[in-house]
Amino acid sequence: MSTYELSHLDALEAESVHIIREVAATLARPGLLFSGGKDSAVMLHLAAKAFWPTPPPFPVVHVDTGQNFDEVIAFRDATVERTGVRLVVGRVQDDIDAGRVVEEKGPQATRNRLQTTTLLRSIAEHAFDAVFGGARRDEEKARAKERVFSLRDGFGQWDPRRQRPEVWNAYNGRHREGEHIRVFPLSNWTEADIWSYVVAEGIELPSLYYSHRRQVVRRDGMLLAHTRFLPLLDGEQPYPARVRFRTVGDATCTGCVESPASTPEQVLAEVLATRVTERGATRADDRISESGMEDRKREGYF
Amino acid sequence: MTAPPTGPMAPQQMLRLVTAGSVDDGKSTLIGRILFDSKLIFTDQLAGIERTSRERGEQHPNLALLTDGLRAEREQGITIDVAYRYFATPRRKFIVADCPGHIQYTRNMVTGASTADIALVLVDARKGVLEQSRRHAFLASLLGIPHVVLCVNKMDAVSWSRERFEEIREEFLRFAVQLDVHDLTFVPLSALHGDNIVHRSINMEWYEGPTLLHHLEETDVASCRNLTDARFPVQYVIRDHSEDFRGYAGTVAGGVLRPDDEVVVLPSGSTSRVKAVRGPGGRPLTEAFASQAVTLELADHLDVSRGDLICRPENQPHTGHDIDAVVCWFAEESTLTTGSTYTVQHTTRTTTAEVSSLDYRLDVNSLHRDTSASSLSLNEIGRVRLRTRHPLMFDSYRRSRATGSFILVDATTHNTCGVGMISGPSLPAPSSVPPVAALDGENATAPGLTVWLSGSTSWNTDAVARELRRRLTANRAVVPLGDDSLGHGLNADLGGSAADRAERVRRVGEVARLLAHAGVVAVVSPAGPGLVETRRAHERDGLVLLEVSADTTPDEGAEDTGTVLRLGSDDPVGAALALLRRLTA
Repeated sequence: MSTYELSHLDALEAESVHIIREVAATLARPGLLFSGGKDSAVMLHLAAKAFWPTPPPFPVVHVDTGQNFDEVIAFRDATVERTGVRLVVGRVQDDIDAGRVVEEKGPQATRNRLQTTTLLRSIAEHAFDAVFGGARRDEEKARAKERVFSLRDGFGQWDPRRQRPEVWNAYNGRHREGEHIRVFPLSNWTEADIWSYVVAEGIELPSLYYSHRRQVVRRDGMLLAHTRFLPLLDGEQPYPARVRFRTVGDATCTGCVESPASTPEQVLAEVLATRVTERGATRADDRISESGMEDRKREGYF
Repeated sequence: MTAPPTGPMAPQQMLRLVTAGSVDDGKSTLIGRILFDSKLIFTDQLAGIERTSRERGEQHPNLALLTDGLRAEREQGITIDVAYRYFATPRRKFIVADCPGHIQYTRNMVTGASTADIALVLVDARKGVLEQSRRHAFLASLLGIPHVVLCVNKMDAVSWSRERFEEIREEFLRFAVQLDVHDLTFVPLSALHGDNIVHRSINMEWYEGPTLLHHLEETDVASCRNLTDARFPVQYVIRDHSEDFRGYAGTVAGGVLRPDDEVVVLPSGSTSRVKAVRGPGGRPLTEAFASQAVTLELADHLDVSRGDLICRPENQPHTGHDIDAVVCWFAEESTLTTGSTYTVQHTTRTTTAEVSSLDYRLDVNSLHRDTSASSLSLNEIGRVRLRTRHPLMFDSYRRSRATGSFILVDATTHNTCGVGMISGPSLPAPSSVPPVAALDGENATAPGLTVWLSGSTSWNTDAVARELRRRLTANRAVVPLGDDSLGHGLNADLGGSAADRAERVRRVGEVARLLAHAGVVAVVSPAGPGLVETRRAHERDGLVLLEVSADTTPDEGAEDTGTVLRLGSDDPVGAALALLRRLTA
C-alpha cells in the first residue's frame, strides 16, 4: 500500500464524516436516530469526531418501544451524557395510549411495526428535516438500493422510483416543506467493518453484544431472550445458554446466538467467519416476507 | 464478510467497481457468482434463492436473485436500480455498484460509475458488442473511470470458442479507439458455470490472462489519484468560542496539504498559512491528502465560509463564471434548453447557473455530435456552456473528478436533474487542454514532440504541461518552456525588439527540438513569429510539432499540415485524439 492510500476503515470513516458534516451544513434541523445498537453507537461516535472539539450540532432521537432491554437504556443515557448531545425520546406507548396505533395481541405480538408511527410523529413534532439512520446496504436487498440521502415524502414514505441520482460525493438534500431526508452515513459499511471499527476505536457497546448467560427460548429456529415482554407459547421451555446479540432492537423480536465471544476482538473474529447474515440469524421482523423490508421502508420505517 | 488469512486488522485497500451490461448479459449472475465462488454468500441468502429458484422451476440456483432487491424487479426479472454489494479478499475490500442496462436507466449507470475505479462491461458472447455495450463503455470513459474490463460472458454458449472471443475483442477495440480509456482488459468467462471468475477455466485453456477476480485484486488504482493539485473546499466552519477555536472542516479534493503551507483562500484571494491539520476527532496530522476528511486551522483570522476553496498560491484552479461542460440530463419532467436556469452544486458551493448555449447533443451510440439540437431530455448527453451567478473555482474533470464535477438541481422540484463534467472555462479562455491518452507510448525511447500553443490568447504552459504529464501514463518527460521561466536564464539577454522576439522564438524552438530527440515532450508558447521555421526544423529531423490553437481560424498565411489542432473546432476532443493517434501510429 503506497503512502497516499487510506486503509478501507479510514476511507469509510472519511466518507461518513463527509456525509455527516454535509447534513449539518445544508439542512436546518437534523436529528440522529439512536437505538443503542452498535450501528447507532458507531454513527454517534463518527458524529462526535466530525465536529471536534464541539459536540455534534444536533440532538439524538430514540424511538422507545417500551420493551427495551434494560442494559440498552442504561447505555443510551450514559453515551448521550458523555457525548454532550441532547436526547429526544419518542414513546410508542404514547401512540398506543392516544389510540393512534393498536397493539398486536397474542404471545407473538411485537411493537416493532408500531415504531413507524412514533418515528414519523417525532419527526413532525420536532420539525426534523434530516434524520440520520444507521442502516447499512449490506443488511438487506432493498437497503442495498437506497441512496445515502433518501427523500421521504410528506407521509414519511420512500418511493424507490423517485430516487435521485447520487453522483460523486455530491448530496442533494433539497426538499419541499413537510418532506424530509433520511441520511445513511454507514451505507457502505459491512457488519465486519462495524466490528473492526469498534475494535480499532475502542467504542463502547451495550453488554448484550458480548457473551453472557441468560434464559432463552427457541422459536422458529431462532433464540429469543426470555424477558417480561415475551409470553411463552405452549410447550416452550426457557433454558440457560451462553449467548450474545448481533443486533439490538425490541426485546420481543431480537434473537441472540450461542457464542463464547466476550470481547470486541472475539466477536470480530466470529463475524469474519460467520456464514449467516445478522438479520437472517436474529431478526424475526425481517422474515415476514421476501419484500418485508421494502414494504416497511415504503411506509416510513427506519 | 470473509476471513482474511492475514488477520482481521490487516489494512485493506478499498476499491469501487461498477458493473454494466445489457438486460440479459448475466450481470447479476456474475456478481452472484463472485460472491458464491469466493464463499461470500451467507447460507440463509443461499437457502432463500434456492427456494425461490425452485418455485420458479429453474434448474440452477438463480444467483441473480441475490441482487434484485425490489419487488418490481423480482416480478419482472429485471434490475431497476443501482444495487450496492460488498465483498472482500485478503488485500482489498470491494464496493460493487451493480447498474441496470435499460436505456431508460442510464442515470443509474452514471450514479454507479461516478465514483468507480474499475468498470466491468458485460457482453454476451453470442450477441457480441451491442449498442448498449458501446453506450456503457462510453459512459465509463465519459465519467473518467481509468480501468475498463470487457467481460465476454456466456462463453459456454459459443462452445468456449477462442475465435469468437477474438472477434468480439477486435470489434470492441475498433470502437474503443474513440474513447478515452487508459487501461482496457478482456476476459472470456461464464458466470453461469464459474469459468474464469474466481477459478481458472478448464474449458478455455487457450486463455492465458488472469481470472476476473485476480485482475480486480491486482489492478493498480492508486496512481490515478490527483496528488498534485491541492484543493480544499470548505464544507463547514467549526467554532468553539470558549477555546477561541476556529477550524475549517472539509474533504481534501486533491493534492496534499501540510502544516506551515502557504495557502490562498478563493475567491477572496486572502493568504495565510496552515497552522494545523487535524483528522476526525482532532488527531494532529503531518499531512492530509485527497479523499481525507480533515479540519484545517489557519494562522490568521480570515473571513472564510462554506463554499470557499483553500489551495496553494502557485497552483490555483480556474475561477470564473463561464464554464464549458458535458451534461447528462436526468429529469423526466423537463428538458435542458438554452436560457433555462438551475441551482448548481459544485464542491461545497451552491449558486445559480444559466445555460448560455447548448453546443451539441451527443449520440452515445455513434458518438455523433448533433449541433442542431435545441434541447436535452431524459438520459441525453450534450455539451453546454453555463454562466454562473457567483464564480466557481474549478478544474477540468479530466484533471480532478472532485473539482471538475457538479450537479444541477431543479429550483421547483428540488430534484437532481442533471450532472456535469467540466471541460474547462468557456473559450476563448486558455488552457482547455485536449485529452491525449493515445500518446501513451509503450516504448519509452520513442521520440518526443513539441506542443506549440498558439493563437490570440496567453497560455499557461506550466498548467498545460502538468495536464499532459498527468494524462500520459507512460514514463514520458513533459517540460514546459514558458517565456517567463526561460526569460530568467537562457533568454535573459533578450529585450522587446522585433529582432529579439524572433531570436527568443528561435531559441525556444531549438531547445524543444533537441528535447524531442531525447524523447521529451516540450510545451512551448513563444510570443512572436517563427512557427514555420521551427516546424521545418522538426520535419527535417523526422519530429512532430503539434500546434494547439485557441483560435477557430488559421493565422493569416499559416499553412495547414494536418498537425494543427484548433480548439475552436466543434469537436476538439475528437480532433485531438484522432490527430495524436495518427502521429503515433
